[in-house]
Amino acid sequence: MSALWAALGGLRDEIAAHLVLSLAALALGVAVALALTLWAARNRTVARLALGLASLVQTVPALALLALFYPLLLWLSALVGARIPALGFLPALLALALYAVLPVLRNGVTGLARLDPAVREAAEAMGLTAGQKLRWVEAPLVAPYVVAGIRTAAVWTIGAATLATTVGATSLGDPIFAGLQTQDWALVLAGCLAAAALALAADGAIALVERGVAERRPLPAWVGLGLVFAALGWALLPGKAAERETLVVGAKNFSEQYILARLIGERLTDAGYAVEYREGLGSAVVFKALASGDIDAYVDYAGTLWTNELKRRDNPNPQTIRDEISFWLGKRGAARVIGALGFENAYVFAMQPAVARSRGIATLDDLARASPRLTLGADLEFLDRPEWAAVDAAYRFRFARAKRYSPTFMYRALAGGDADVITAFGSDGRIAADRLVVLGDPRRAIPNYDALLLVSARCAAQPSCLRALQPLVGRIPVEAMREANFRVDRDADKQTPAHAANWLAAKVGLAR
Amino acid sequence: MGPEIRFERVTRRFGAATAVDGVDLTIAPRSLVALVGHSGSGKSTLLRCVNRLDHGVAGEGVVSLGGEDVGAIPATALRRRLGYVFQSIGLFPHMTVAQNVAIGRRARSEALVADELAGLLEQVGLPADYATRLPRELSGGEQQRVGIARALAIEPEVLLLDEPFAALDPVTRDALGKTVRALHDARGTTTILVTHDMAEAMLLADRVVVLERGRIVADASPADLAAGRAGEAAEALVAVPREQARRIAELGQ
Repeated sequence: MSALWAALGGLRDEIAAHLVLSLAALALGVAVALALTLWAARNRTVARLALGLASLVQTVPALALLALFYPLLLWLSALVGARIPALGFLPALLALALYAVLPVLRNGVTGLARLDPAVREAAEAMGLTAGQKLRWVEAPLVAPYVVAGIRTAAVWTIGAATLATTVGATSLGDPIFAGLQTQDWALVLAGCLAAAALALAADGAIALVERGVAERRPLPAWVGLGLVFAALGWALLPGKAAERETLVVGAKNFSEQYILARLIGERLTDAGYAVEYREGLGSAVVFKALASGDIDAYVDYAGTLWTNELKRRDNPNPQTIRDEISFWLGKRGAARVIGALGFENAYVFAMQPAVARSRGIATLDDLARASPRLTLGADLEFLDRPEWAAVDAAYRFRFARAKRYSPTFMYRALAGGDADVITAFGSDGRIAADRLVVLGDPRRAIPNYDALLLVSARCAAQPSCLRALQPLVGRIPVEAMREANFRVDRDADKQTPAHAANWLAAKVGLAR
Repeated sequence: MGPEIRFERVTRRFGAATAVDGVDLTIAPRSLVALVGHSGSGKSTLLRCVNRLDHGVAGEGVVSLGGEDVGAIPATALRRRLGYVFQSIGLFPHMTVAQNVAIGRRARSEALVADELAGLLEQVGLPADYATRLPRELSGGEQQRVGIARALAIEPEVLLLDEPFAALDPVTRDALGKTVRALHDARGTTTILVTHDMAEAMLLADRVVVLERGRIVADASPADLAAGRAGEAAEALVAVPREQARRIAELGQ
């Protein structure tokens, strides 16, 4: 209980950001919906098209809609030649606004369609102009429908805004995603509770407006509006003075990434920068974000860049891979490799020792032979990555089933027997802790996955930024990384990524 | 004050159906003429040619007010000169009685002062304290009285009444009919009353025009109609109320 209170108390910034994002998206969505409603009122084809499109948008999962705006904005940036921020507030705002359009538009069009034909005829016969008809008759009579639509849209938007975390906008999704990843259930619950409370509060405030409009009593309407604006005012109060230059540290969606982001962030903070975190990003998003300057530092893995960004299928020695990546990045001029951290986090295939022994599996060749009777458990993206294609081509697997899990649940699936073999991570503390067997790769199909510290051109141009990060190079042995990961991933006595990062810094002699 | 209303070769078609078929009709200034016929006879369509509520309907012919072609007047300007009352009333549900009555004046950027409002309510037989009520708080008859006050508030030269009493109970419709006739006489408007009720037409109008399938089949004074001098088509419509009146009289003997 006290952990929950502590977690809730730490969410001030996330609640404020969530509120601002949701209300801004709602305002934009309502403006678009009202304009479309007016247009639709005068043109049946527009009404059908707009409603159809808005419904179509609604069928796209909110998560996918958010993700789609990232490449869209990058493409727009390239098109207009100006830098449009593709990560953070803007894509979240646009996607959520699009989501908010439908309920308002649908209610507006319905309200107009339900206007008493006698009232329309009277307005016309009295010689009202189109503008007078709109202002005096249509708008006041359709307003209750529109406000009801806004109420629905507000609840949707506040809920969906938790997903804005995935495109790097701060929201109440931050504690939810971070907590899910690190199994900090108090943090997850705090994020969910805060988001639910916001949605309920918005619902209540707009319900007051709705009642005021429906009964044509101004008082409840103004009270409801006042509540909304008071909340917005609170959210917009400057949280902390941000005079210092801000650097953004990125992280993918697993514990090691959260820990390393905190490690990097702490060093940048000590060097005098204000630091923001964009955590829980997808692999494909995070590198593009660095290249476009939306984030300034993160850790990626040699093999990931090699296959996904350089699109290479050959598998030379680790030094060659690292050199070619540095050369390739240098040529593009957008990002830079500071160096390897000292440990490798390769994709490895891991099994329960008893299962491996009973089926006689020690290498991927053995695994391929036994695969028709086995279930593969992969993380969310592995099966779509070129590494999987390369491994699969080399060994010709024929798994009975392949399932996807978020990393934490993947280990659970292996322990529970739902999966027979998983695509684990070499530096994961749970491999040692669960005494898993790692299968050999005799055909050398899996490339090297040295952890590389990458920075944006902006950081690379600042000696103080480079100086802050340089000491991390070659400093982190895989044992230390495994131990730090395990501190976050274990079921009992869990630590937050920030704690684990402090422990890691002390362990490798980089404590402040 | 009321102008002459003239229809010349007026035709209106809805697709293949002809609603009004070459009507020639001249309505004398300050007279009250009833257009009578079954539903679908074209009487409402003909009325709506005057204030151009028939937009989008194909047709030809000229309708003029005091010699002025209504087709040459912008629709909103035209309608702001004409009082219009219709069966479904169409009060604005979110406005008080006072706001409803004032709407036509407001459209012309004019005010309706309290004295005028009180006078209008009195003329249509409503208490002055009804001004602040909402339409849903009124009975059907009271609502139509507001509808008439709304039409009169713009001081119209012409009153167009499209089945104004059809949805009301017999006692209310008789009382409201008398009110309308009195207002017509007091204000000197030219009035067209569309109704399917021959008795109502005969009791209120100076002249009754009977329409059938878009054509005029009878055109006579109430006295001629009552005396059976208006031809076969009219006689068929007059026969029913006459027969009813006779049977009611017999009941009392």
